[in-house]
Amino acid sequence: MTIEKKISDTNLETDTGVSRRGFVKGAAAVTGAAIGSGAITGFPTIWAQNIKDVTLRQFGTGVSNINAIAEKCKEDLGINLQMTALDSDAVAQRAVTQPNSFDIADIEYWICKKVFPAGTMQPMDTSKLKNYDAISKLFITGKLTPDSEIAQGTAPHTVGFVEGMDSTTFASEPTNWMTLIPTIYNADTLGIRPDLIDREINSWADLLDPAFKGKASILNIPSIGIMDAAMVCEAMGEVTYGDKGNMTQEEIDKTIAVMIDAKKAGQFRAFWKSFDESVNLMASGEVVIQSMWSPAVAAVRSKGIACKYQPLKEGYRAWGGGIGLAKHLSGLELDAAYEYIDWYLSGWVGAYLNRQGYYSAAPETAKKYMSENEWGYWMEGEAAKEDILSPEGKVMEKAGAVRDGGSYEERMGSVACWNSVMDENKHMVRKWNEFIAA
Amino acid sequence: MASDTSKRSSYFLISPMALIFAVFLVIPLLTIVVVSFWDYDEYRILPDFIFENYKYLLGSSVTWSIYLNTLKYAVLTWFFTLIIGFTVAYFLAFHVRSLTWQIVFFMLCTIPFWTSNIIRMISWIPFLGRNGLLNSALINLGIVDQPLEFLLFSDFAVVLADVHLYALFMVVPIFNSMMRIDRSLVEAARDAGASGFETLKSIIVPLSKPGIAIGSIFVITVVMGDFITVRLMSGGQSASVGLQISNEIGLLQYPAAAASAVVLLITVLLIVTALLRLVDIRKEL
Repeated sequence: MTIEKKISDTNLETDTGVSRRGFVKGAAAVTGAAIGSGAITGFPTIWAQNIKDVTLRQFGTGVSNINAIAEKCKEDLGINLQMTALDSDAVAQRAVTQPNSFDIADIEYWICKKVFPAGTMQPMDTSKLKNYDAISKLFITGKLTPDSEIAQGTAPHTVGFVEGMDSTTFASEPTNWMTLIPTIYNADTLGIRPDLIDREINSWADLLDPAFKGKASILNIPSIGIMDAAMVCEAMGEVTYGDKGNMTQEEIDKTIAVMIDAKKAGQFRAFWKSFDESVNLMASGEVVIQSMWSPAVAAVRSKGIACKYQPLKEGYRAWGGGIGLAKHLSGLELDAAYEYIDWYLSGWVGAYLNRQGYYSAAPETAKKYMSENEWGYWMEGEAAKEDILSPEGKVMEKAGAVRDGGSYEERMGSVACWNSVMDENKHMVRKWNEFIAA
Repeated sequence: MASDTSKRSSYFLISPMALIFAVFLVIPLLTIVVVSFWDYDEYRILPDFIFENYKYLLGSSVTWSIYLNTLKYAVLTWFFTLIIGFTVAYFLAFHVRSLTWQIVFFMLCTIPFWTSNIIRMISWIPFLGRNGLLNSALINLGIVDQPLEFLLFSDFAVVLADVHLYALFMVVPIFNSMMRIDRSLVEAARDAGASGFETLKSIIVPLSKPGIAIGSIFVITVVMGDFITVRLMSGGQSASVGLQISNEIGLLQYPAAAASAVVLLITVLLIVTALLRLVDIRKEL
């Protein structure tokens, strides 16, 4: 019945049938058939010699659940990836309540903070990962460069490690046991329609500028929406925060009060919950300024409509995701999962994600798979020397274009806050509901 | 007279139905009731026996405004579907004489139902939007000079979509009741000198009551529990009880959602009971 449901039912399944190769390989034929059909989960590993033709079930938030990755993985490693895309709430729910329904969880760090303590996942032994050292320091120490400041919120490194193999307690220092291997992350800001706005936008506070009355929107996912709201309130000087990623009840109340006033004054045209909604609101001109995600901006632009991912002086709200292992994985499947995760970091996927406007967790390995022009545009903030193509080969930007916000260091270096889950989460959600019902 | 054997055999005959109800209705409902007393944190639900969920729910002004809002949608939708449903049913039952044409018109009514109700709802969005078909047409015709903003992402849009989606639920039972009305009663009324309106008032409306009651129950229960129409047509700016429950489930707050569901269930049951007090459906059928 629901839209979300529709999205969650979109099963991005790749080849789950019996692979030809599996059959040809005489000895492993029977094995291949059985595993290839996805019928086997958690059997003892009698066939440990053959990692190929294992099927791993991965689920996550669509962002990195991309069929091309599954195809390439099959080609390079022989591992079948069965991908399911869900929205972030459903991901958290499934990771906790149906621990045997997945092998690999592709979740965001703030979801990890919620999910990992439930004990349905197992940490990864970093010594088994060849590409561990290539992972950006942002995920290890929280600092992009040795002298950068650690942003507020659930910064990935704070939930990136646990104390031991069977521990569910997050470690304060990097250990040998990683909860998620970072895969994808980005810095979010406001999207605007420069053709419908005739002044410079440079602050989060502009979202509530009465000039845009009835033409603004904010996303209605409480844990993310509250952060955007906090960025706005802080920029307006209405509220000061100790830590926007972990607000006190009083801070939450004040933030929501500001938002309710704005809503009652008719500032908002709509609230959006899914990617498509945000694209439609912007493209149809219902909204001219709103919280937005990078690929949504690209989607609006691809319709030939001007849309800018406006950098703001207060900085970005960042998010990051990673892949982790289900608790029940063992033996052959576990080996295959390690193999897959190492491959994920080895560059091809990173280049693919970079080309979509996200960032790879291991930039240096991704560089090898990108042209100089692509690297310059996406990572260095340089003007494109030739047309920039999407991974599917469509022209995204013409030669001469410069990425909104500039280089990797400029964008990821000015993160003000990470998506997070707060201690006062329950209170926050209640207040958020008040805002929606007001 | 019912002997012991026939009594036993009738118990036996209803047992499959009773079993189905027990497994698919009673047990899930009891589970919801039980869970509504549990505690929860960010990612777990904790078996417990606390009243906190209800205390917050009933003590919060948000709940009351959400219920008021939901009732507003239910009443408005009920009113408009009743007017439309009654008119359409009346036309079909009394003005269309041949059975063939009745079937043809009835089929026409159901055509929109061949597509998913989400599609039917979403198709309003480009039509009503700021730069949508309707606003463009009105501006081009010179009727308004600014696009009408209230058309979309407003209460108007929610009620419009609800009426559009659920009018048929009103048409069918009313039509069914009307078809059972003995035509000689209508003739007798006319012979006795009653005007068309008097016939409507004294014969058709009273005898259509069971259909009206059934249609009302359908429409009100569906609108009270709805969340997707409210979310999409209000642009996420209005809340309904269903939407609140859906949000809570999304945030893994199952006990809070269960408590909301129990309160909603009681509310809807009270409304249905009141409706059944007004019309004894069993007697009238």
